[in-house]
Amino acid sequence: MSDETNDPQTEVVDLWVAGSEEPQFQPTDEGAQEISAGETPDRLDAQFGRVIDDDYLFDDDVAEDERVIVNMGPQHPSTHGVLRLEIEIEGEVIRRTKPIVGYLHTGMEKTAEQLTFGQGPTNVTRMDYLAPFHGELAYSLAVEKLLDIEVPPRAAAIRVLMTELNRVTSHLVALATNGMDIGALSMMIYGFRERESILAFFEKTTGLRMNHNYIRPGGVVADLPPGWKDDVGGILKDFPRRLDQYDDLLKENPIWLSRTRDVGVISSEEAIAFSITGPALRAAGVDWDLRKAFPYSGIENYEFEVPLGENGDVYDRYRVRIDEMWESLKIVEQVMDAMPKGDYRVADRKITPPPRARIDESMEALIHHFKLFTEGFKVPPGETYVAVESPRGELGCYLVSDGEATPYRMHTRAPSFFNLQALPMAMADSLMADTVATIASMDPVMGDVDR
Amino acid sequence: MATTPPGNLLMTTVERAANWSRTRSMWPATFGLACCAIEMMAAGAAHYDLARFGMEVFRASPRQADLMIVAGRVSQKMAPVLRQVYDQMPDPKWVISMGACASSGGMFNNYALVQGVDQIVPVDIYVPGCPPGPQSLMHGILTLHDKIMAGEIKR
Amino acid sequence: MIPVFETLSGQFDQVVWEQSHGQDVARVPADDWYAFAEAAKGHGFEVCADVTAVDWMRQRPDRFEVVANLLSMSLGARLRMSTSVGRDEPTVASLTPLWPGAGFAEREVFDMFGINFEEHPDLTRILMPDDWVGHPLRKDFGVGSVPVQFKASHQVD
Repeated sequence: MSDETNDPQTEVVDLWVAGSEEPQFQPTDEGAQEISAGETPDRLDAQFGRVIDDDYLFDDDVAEDERVIVNMGPQHPSTHGVLRLEIEIEGEVIRRTKPIVGYLHTGMEKTAEQLTFGQGPTNVTRMDYLAPFHGELAYSLAVEKLLDIEVPPRAAAIRVLMTELNRVTSHLVALATNGMDIGALSMMIYGFRERESILAFFEKTTGLRMNHNYIRPGGVVADLPPGWKDDVGGILKDFPRRLDQYDDLLKENPIWLSRTRDVGVISSEEAIAFSITGPALRAAGVDWDLRKAFPYSGIENYEFEVPLGENGDVYDRYRVRIDEMWESLKIVEQVMDAMPKGDYRVADRKITPPPRARIDESMEALIHHFKLFTEGFKVPPGETYVAVESPRGELGCYLVSDGEATPYRMHTRAPSFFNLQALPMAMADSLMADTVATIASMDPVMGDVDR
Repeated sequence: MATTPPGNLLMTTVERAANWSRTRSMWPATFGLACCAIEMMAAGAAHYDLARFGMEVFRASPRQADLMIVAGRVSQKMAPVLRQVYDQMPDPKWVISMGACASSGGMFNNYALVQGVDQIVPVDIYVPGCPPGPQSLMHGILTLHDKIMAGEIKR
Repeated sequence: MIPVFETLSGQFDQVVWEQSHGQDVARVPADDWYAFAEAAKGHGFEVCADVTAVDWMRQRPDRFEVVANLLSMSLGARLRMSTSVGRDEPTVASLTPLWPGAGFAEREVFDMFGINFEEHPDLTRILMPDDWVGHPLRKDFGVGSVPVQFKASHQVD
């Protein structure tokens, strides 16, 4: 910080009166008494309280051995799960950071080799537990690519509907925790309140509020329930008012602005070098969204825009997430209006189980059902990599099959794993209090990082 | 209400009063690990409100908490941390094991997870589910309250 | 094959190009791993999306296959490059000098498979505890499942 002026007066004013237009306190001579010989301007300043000797001001004279290593986590209210950071600080300024992950490692990739292809989504859905539909979608698309089948248009449209609603719920949690960590506690309550209406729709359709196991290779597991248009229509009607509420709370709030502007800056070159994808990349100004670049599941039929930021700071990432929620709701509306009729899963009985009622009638249906749920369907040998745009970035599934009913190797390219690599760089030379804001804005989900 | 054990009438009343005060403002420690943590946060949020049980303050420091809700899968790397946080909590303390992974390892019967958090800490209530909805978690919490009021857990 | 692949295949004649379900795969000999990656980056592959590995056990002469997924935003293309390394002291060049984003992914491959990456800034265990013995995703490392026991408990309603 050698280019910062070391004048404590301007430092104090900058930090305390962040951008306000009020005129600073100016002493006048009105009614003043004669200054005695001992009262120099410096002494007067000290008496007026304009000289502050706090040690958190940037100071180049701190010796190297005065660095302290502070451990943050793994059990910590603000690290978004079990992330551990070892932070080397000098006074209040962070010099180096080392993220230590692995506290949630579940061996999911090893478990995937034991589960059949039909059971795979139960595993993958618990990796990024805030965007379970996206995990299931990446896995199912990879299996379908190896099987060389296409799902019917209604299945593709239902997948788009569910994943876009999932994007909204995931961004709501990101904003809720982001707000709570920075201090806007109401954001936590608002975010989770909005989620409930969408989670009720998820529960009606898939049976679960989270970790749904709904998108499986071949389509989706069950059709949308009757009356789904009213539910989704209700969600679409409520949300604009609620999203405006968030803008009222945060968009021009001076405390929010001063805590998020120019904090945790990740430039576009740095983002590309660190393989960062998703809102963090778009906030840096790079126009890259997998839904537009490599479209999947019929998403090219819907019109939507990709919001971009400019500076790559915490504020831009927050704005990108809010705008992405508006765009997702636009997509949901288009899907709702244009939902095609037809089958919700592939008709191939070797892959998707027969309807339950048929099992009583047909021996063949019974045998198919039995084989599919005990042994599973076999996938021809091959390897493929399919990626979808999850709320955190590029969520990819690298699947290798050797002709058996279980994958030979299933690897998930986790967006949060790569996004975390930028933390040391984003936090260098910033204040300790900005750590929390930066981590929250990168929105890591530790299930994704550790798998 | 709960039956009181036979004994000194005066001491029994004090014990009931102590149990009552312990249940009515039991502060949980933040130990949300994975997906169950999201449902725990949802239980604390506006729709399913934990504040009506006096529990909306999730204390960050285990020294100020009574209840540890282990929400999520406990990996081998996290196990010593879990034990350390449990040891740092002052008596009386209770543990709720939330979800299938915390209760028994869940669907992940492999090298990476501790198969049930009761291998590490003594558990009072197991809440099944993957993840258990906020209603299940609240049922578990209220069951814990009942157990304490009934004097089944003597601390 | 888009033009950039033609250029790359002209530069490296030992590389075998394949099409796998519509995706381009380059099988690179282990010695050319870094040079090929550098050339690919020079031709427009700015992002290394992922680095992972597969343990082929006895199905192939070289046990491990290291796979890197490259992504080019400017060309709108993906390239998958893979190489094979043997079972004794498997070593391959690290891609972190080209793409810092590969750092964590290579640490994970080291942790899970035991493959060494030369010139990696910090090759330590990332997902398993530091004192763990063994590499879990190898095929000769068991799942580690515990037989299920039903613990006695009394009913609470």
